[in-house]
Amino acid sequence: MAITENPPSDRPIGFGRLKRKEDARFIRGKGNYLDDIRLPGMLHGAVLRSPYAHARINSIDTSAALAHPNVAAVVTAKDLETLGLAWMPTISYDTQAVLAGDKVRFQGQEVAFVIATDEYSARDALPLIEVDYDPLPAVVNARKALDPDAPLIRDDKEGQVDNLASPTWEAGDEEAADRVFAEADVVVERDIIYPRCHPAPLETCGMIADFNPETGQLDIYNGNQAPHVHRTVYAHVAGLAEHMIRIRCGDIGGGFGNKVPIYPGYVCAIAGSIVAGKPVKWIEDRSENLMSTGFARDYVMHASIAAKDGKITGLKVDVIADHGAFDSTAQPTKFPAGFFHICCGSYDLQAAHVKVKAVYTNKAPGGVAYRCSFRITEAVYLVERMVGALARELGVDPIDLRMRSFIRPEQFPYETTTGWTYDSGDYAKTMKVAMEIAGYEQLRREQAEKRARGELMGIGVSFFTEGVGAGPRKHMDILGLSMNDGADLRIHPSGKAVVSLSAQTQGQGHETTFAQIVAEELGIPPEDVEVRHGDTDKSPYGLGTYGSRSTPVSGGAVAIVSRKVRDKARLIAATMLEARPEDLSWEKGRWYVKGDPETGVLIEQIAARAYSGEPLPEGYEGGLDAQVIYDPPNLTYPYGAYIAVVDVDPETAAVRVRRFIAVDDCGVRINPMIVDGQIHGGLAEGIGIALMEVITFDEEGNCLNGSFMDYLIPTALECPDFELGETVTPCPHHPLGAKGVGESPNVGSPPAIVDAVIDALYETHGVTHVDMPCTPARVWAAMQGRPEPPQ
Amino acid sequence: MSVQITVNINGEDVTREEEPRKLLVHFIRETPGLTGTHWGCDTSNCGACVVLMDGEPVKSCTVLAAMAEGHAIRTVEGLERDGRLDPVQQGFHELHALQCGFCTPGMLMTARALLDENPDPTEAEIRTAISGAICRCTGYKNIVAAIRWAAEHPAAVEQEA
Repeated sequence: MAITENPPSDRPIGFGRLKRKEDARFIRGKGNYLDDIRLPGMLHGAVLRSPYAHARINSIDTSAALAHPNVAAVVTAKDLETLGLAWMPTISYDTQAVLAGDKVRFQGQEVAFVIATDEYSARDALPLIEVDYDPLPAVVNARKALDPDAPLIRDDKEGQVDNLASPTWEAGDEEAADRVFAEADVVVERDIIYPRCHPAPLETCGMIADFNPETGQLDIYNGNQAPHVHRTVYAHVAGLAEHMIRIRCGDIGGGFGNKVPIYPGYVCAIAGSIVAGKPVKWIEDRSENLMSTGFARDYVMHASIAAKDGKITGLKVDVIADHGAFDSTAQPTKFPAGFFHICCGSYDLQAAHVKVKAVYTNKAPGGVAYRCSFRITEAVYLVERMVGALARELGVDPIDLRMRSFIRPEQFPYETTTGWTYDSGDYAKTMKVAMEIAGYEQLRREQAEKRARGELMGIGVSFFTEGVGAGPRKHMDILGLSMNDGADLRIHPSGKAVVSLSAQTQGQGHETTFAQIVAEELGIPPEDVEVRHGDTDKSPYGLGTYGSRSTPVSGGAVAIVSRKVRDKARLIAATMLEARPEDLSWEKGRWYVKGDPETGVLIEQIAARAYSGEPLPEGYEGGLDAQVIYDPPNLTYPYGAYIAVVDVDPETAAVRVRRFIAVDDCGVRINPMIVDGQIHGGLAEGIGIALMEVITFDEEGNCLNGSFMDYLIPTALECPDFELGETVTPCPHHPLGAKGVGESPNVGSPPAIVDAVIDALYETHGVTHVDMPCTPARVWAAMQGRPEPPQ
Repeated sequence: MSVQITVNINGEDVTREEEPRKLLVHFIRETPGLTGTHWGCDTSNCGACVVLMDGEPVKSCTVLAAMAEGHAIRTVEGLERDGRLDPVQQGFHELHALQCGFCTPGMLMTARALLDENPDPTEAEIRTAISGAICRCTGYKNIVAAIRWAAEHPAAVEQEA
């Protein structure tokens, strides 16, 4: 019998700053992104898009395009109707035209699909298609969408008489909120817009569809964040058998929510492959990405906040959500406004009331969560801006007001007035760490000195609580699919392991992090654990990666599947050591006899035994593997304290973020290096949203930000050297004590930056409000007393 | 109409019949084994397509392949030499300067060009040098640090990643 004397301390541990396994291919230019794939005989598709925001289609003439020598086919709505593919369901139970047949409802909408021998020819053929349009008046402003004279956008929907996309949805207790407001010392009201922005991953969206008419097999190559959900939807849409569809996601060049939805171009590629009998590749260009795929936010909010005895007591919010022409908002079914009602924030409120209604406009559909857990970004932005406004009204320090109003550590688990059960937290502690890193008192002195010299410096604060890791089966589903995730772990005879996930990395480092979880739980070195994902034929069912759910849900699954394997290993170890299972103890990578630490077996020895001809425990089938589906009992609730320091140029109104301090508490950190990287990236996006990223339209519905010339993304020059800190409050219900983190920095940073801009201009210019993005023109207008909301 | 174009890529002449309008980024990517140069925006804003032309960084989405005729192009695949990583490659791995990896080839080539011209750049010089390239994942902090790491480790390093 093999007895090892290896002390456990010699074995590699699981958690820690492990450099990433996936880097090796990326630094050599050997990633495998969608456009890197070329199949034999592959054709190329291109989409003709509407130049109008709203117009009736009288006719479409494809004859000239078809006459192009390199064009194989041109697909229009009429062709799709014969295949039953003219309309597709959205993930919010609406329907969306794959190709417009009756009319176009936003600029950039898909009208026809050309398939040609190469991409250049496919695009050459687009202007050869003649479409006869009758332009109609467009609805661009969400506040005017329900005006009696507003043109009806969704006349395709039976019984739809106006532009209401979903009826008013409420959370909290309105009467209780009214009572709290009646008793308040101070009430502050604001109109606040979270403007439309776009995730704009550096790799745009696309697909290769390869339908084999002989076998009926549909092979799909497509970088998306939820491959299993996509496969189920394609089975429904295309009428194909789900088991005959295989989706393979290779490397994905960023997602940030943009690669959650199913886009008409995907269905066109599938239809094109069915029609042409060959693989069809379609990859959108940057303008198509910005103008037609999932936007984010676009919430028009009116809020009031109440205080009594220097504490925040109540919040009332009324929102108009602009969904664009089709409701393809990404969120769990039972939450039509996502998790927006977490807008009671980190505060021990007496009452809150939230109502949200959604409208259709002649703008691109979307409402995806741009690095955001289902509208929590909007919620946090709102409540933190309101707290900042209240502090100014009360004439108190914004951190003092928060400290007085925080939920206290002993109140956890804490039920909010809108129904969330926060799991854990010590908010004041995290806030203090941020103050220390920032040198808060000294910053305030510096600000006063600069103000005396005519310099405009602002200090902005935000404190967020997120709810991430959707979610519990009893509450959360998308299209009826429970928001759970699977994991499948196989230990090979040599002790090397493969773990398969339903989560789908887009750069988050899953190949490293999930190997570390197995390593932590089983003592197998992370380099000996291969993480597989992205192939629906080779991974367990699950809902994918968005809403910061990978570690909360898939991380839980991997921890538990590892423990299942460990339990099986214990039985084998008992046989090997001729002991009873209950007489064994575990240390990382090894079962040993209690009271006799020298007598034990390593996990790889147990694995070898599991597949050998040697005796196994009575009734044990052999092998060493396990699979689980993890149904999280609750969301996890990461939080953080952020402080932004900005300088505003008095002459140009240009805003520079000089410092940014981010202290995150995301519970236990599996790979702190990757966590830090996630925070850096989200902060950069937050700076973009606060200062420059916006999708706007003119009155006719023309998109004004359809390229990176107009949709501005922060570069290294706009991002400061981020200063991070941390506190660790383990999640009490997560198997590893971990909470999600990816989206926290995007959620928490915009309110801190905007608050800093207002803080810079309040005393000198009387500025109490400015909407994002804080461009020089908009900040200049605010300095002149003319805050201008975006259109 | 097509023309014969010869471009030297990573030390080897690549000759193909191409339309005169063929973009250099597509010419490179359609060469077997050279898909590391990426395309991201069409408008010279994102920098995913940066390659070195005669040692100078260019955005290959706005250069015609025909314009590269007779010039030497170096792509991300040409950074590693004799099994040794370029210091910028190693630095990016050491300091977690990449996440999704899509901007990485352009960032690496931009960094290589900077260090060839200025072997000891300050943080401000690095930030200016990479300001023509967008990274959506990292917030640039670790990229700046990785380029400094490469400046401090100028010799090609043993393959570690």
